[in-house]
Amino acid sequence: MAKMMYRDAIRGTIFQEMQRDPRVVVLGEDVVGGMGTAGGPEAIGGIWSTSTGFYEAFGPDRVIDTPISESAIMGAAGGLALAGKRPVAEIMFADFIGVCMDQLWNQIAKFRYMFGGKSVCPAVIRMPCGAGYNAAAQHSQMISQFVTSMPGLKVVMPATPADACGLLRQAIRDDDPVVFLEHKFLYAMTGDVPDDPDFVIPFGHARLARAGEDVTVVASGMMVGYAETAADDLAQDDIGCDVLDLRTTSPLDEEAILDSVEATGRLVIVDEAPPRCSLATDIAALVANKAFASLKAPIEMVTAPHTPVPFARELEGAYLPSPAKVAAAVRKTLAYR
Amino acid sequence: MQLNREALTRAYRQMKLIREFEERLHEEIQTGEIAGFTHLYCGQEAVAVGVCEHLSERDKIVSTHRGHGHCLAKGCDVTGMMKEIWGSQEGLCNGKGGSMHIADIDKGMLGANGIVGAGAPIAVGAALSNKIDGPDADGKLAVSIAFSGDGACNQGTTFEAMNLAVVTKAPAIFVFENNHYSEHTGDAYAVGTAQDIASRAEAFGMKVWRADGTDFFSVFDTFGEVLEFVRTPGNGPAAVEFDTERFFGHFEGDPQRYRGEGELDRLRATRDCLRKFREKVTGAKLLTDEDLDAVDADALQAIEDAVKASRAAARPQPENVLENVYISY
Ligand SMILES: Cc1ncc(C[n+]2csc(CCOP(=O)(O)OP(=O)(O)O)c2C)c(N)n1
Ligand SMILES: [Mg+2]
Repeated sequence: MAKMMYRDAIRGTIFQEMQRDPRVVVLGEDVVGGMGTAGGPEAIGGIWSTSTGFYEAFGPDRVIDTPISESAIMGAAGGLALAGKRPVAEIMFADFIGVCMDQLWNQIAKFRYMFGGKSVCPAVIRMPCGAGYNAAAQHSQMISQFVTSMPGLKVVMPATPADACGLLRQAIRDDDPVVFLEHKFLYAMTGDVPDDPDFVIPFGHARLARAGEDVTVVASGMMVGYAETAADDLAQDDIGCDVLDLRTTSPLDEEAILDSVEATGRLVIVDEAPPRCSLATDIAALVANKAFASLKAPIEMVTAPHTPVPFARELEGAYLPSPAKVAAAVRKTLAYR
Repeated sequence: MQLNREALTRAYRQMKLIREFEERLHEEIQTGEIAGFTHLYCGQEAVAVGVCEHLSERDKIVSTHRGHGHCLAKGCDVTGMMKEIWGSQEGLCNGKGGSMHIADIDKGMLGANGIVGAGAPIAVGAALSNKIDGPDADGKLAVSIAFSGDGACNQGTTFEAMNLAVVTKAPAIFVFENNHYSEHTGDAYAVGTAQDIASRAEAFGMKVWRADGTDFFSVFDTFGEVLEFVRTPGNGPAAVEFDTERFFGHFEGDPQRYRGEGELDRLRATRDCLRKFREKVTGAKLLTDEDLDAVDADALQAIEDAVKASRAAARPQPENVLENVYISY
């Protein structure tokens, strides 16, 4: 085990995989940083510091600094993958998915199905996402709801440094295209990460972050920490929460969710996205459909409102879920009779 | 230099106002009072002002993430902008947008933009509207202008917008501000046409101009020609590339390790549009140093007042989050 930041777990895992497998290549805007300047390559290695040192170690063929051209980045990741490479593409902010949606949705996600199972497209698309920096409507969004709804994509939302490592390694080694949603606000989070260079976390298995008997709380990404904080507060009042970290939203660990709800009878879902057609509504539908008889109270959803992400501190604070909002939802479901 | 004293003073004041606005933000951001990402326009003032001094309110502009200069030059209220950057309910966008999304539709300012390359197609749409509205009594069209950087010129959206404008003969003007950097990457690497953006527009079938973006008179005179061409019905779009410089980092907090040794000092000494303006107009005895010093003091005071007002301005309330998603719902 080594203590490290979430961002360093990501950097280290890609680096190790590039050493292990010459097919792994990295591409994105400023992933080298400093190209064509007096400071030279690596003057600033990636704006998230998740690719520092790659260029020096692996050179320009495998560490491809791109102009500002998200469609070309996404499409090239698809092409590299179809041609036998294992690209790890960075879309600097997940919001820029808007620029390159076709290449992801109509191309990468669908190749294998359209081609009758005859193609392999092992592309990893890293997308730093989420709010918390007052970066306003076009640099703060949670996009899990879009990509989770797309057949053909796997979607990962790591909540800890260890998970960032194990899930990213799985993503790079996986033969299907994977959207890897790194929460920007978690980059500086520190935690223990296993040293094993083959440490992988399989997709489709939720993690039980807190165990408790009274209420099931389902979360992913940055929302996991909020749910844990709420659970710890509630524990002082002898309220026990089963906090499930989904880890991947596609595939979804239905069994873990249903098992927990069958035991507790109460469900709170925490989701950073707006409330319509989202992960929250998806899981609520699953539970209403498959665990209806176990429910002792209406399902509670703690989500962002049906608005874009606002700029001002007060407004973004009101927009985002919070541990207090999660705790209030847990108490509400417990008060129901 | 066909400008009279009054016009010269006005242009200088606009440039100085932008400079002081940005220099002050550079300081204020260190205190932590201002949230979010802020991209400063210092160094490029002559472009925004040299372009916008020609425009009226019926002409439209679409800006970028580095939008403060374009906004001020197009007539956005300085205090309303400052309050917006402070995240106040009294800001131009009620604290919803912040630095990257300042807009004032009534002034013909259709928004700064957080998405690089998003502006050009919007400007073409506005230009198509100008075309539908037709020429004024003098036979001239209103125009719509897309400001884009050397980074944005690599987006497909920019290419598509240029071609659409050409084939529809939209009175659009593509203003490329080549400050030689897109974030931390040089145009020597990222712009494949030998760091020459105008040639791309030319290849799309447009008439193009090139000028020194650090010299107000070069910008102003060149843009006058561009405008004369595009305002004439039937001519369609045009493009102009201004060679310019940014004096601060890409965003506030950028360590700028991509810069060469002494680069910023050299740029400030040789490529400062305000310094050049002063030298020219005092050398030609059009204005005196005292005239310009008075403008400096006046601009500084305007910024001081705007900051004071922003500090005291009303903060948004949590329930404001839900407002303005729709007109009716
Ligand atoms: C679609 C998109 N991709 C990437 C970014 C991140 N980004 C913001 S500004 C910028 C550089 C823009 O360079 P340029 O167009 O030259 O404008 P300048 O910053 O020099 O004013 C980048 C890459 C973005 N905001 N939007
Ligand atoms: Mg630039």
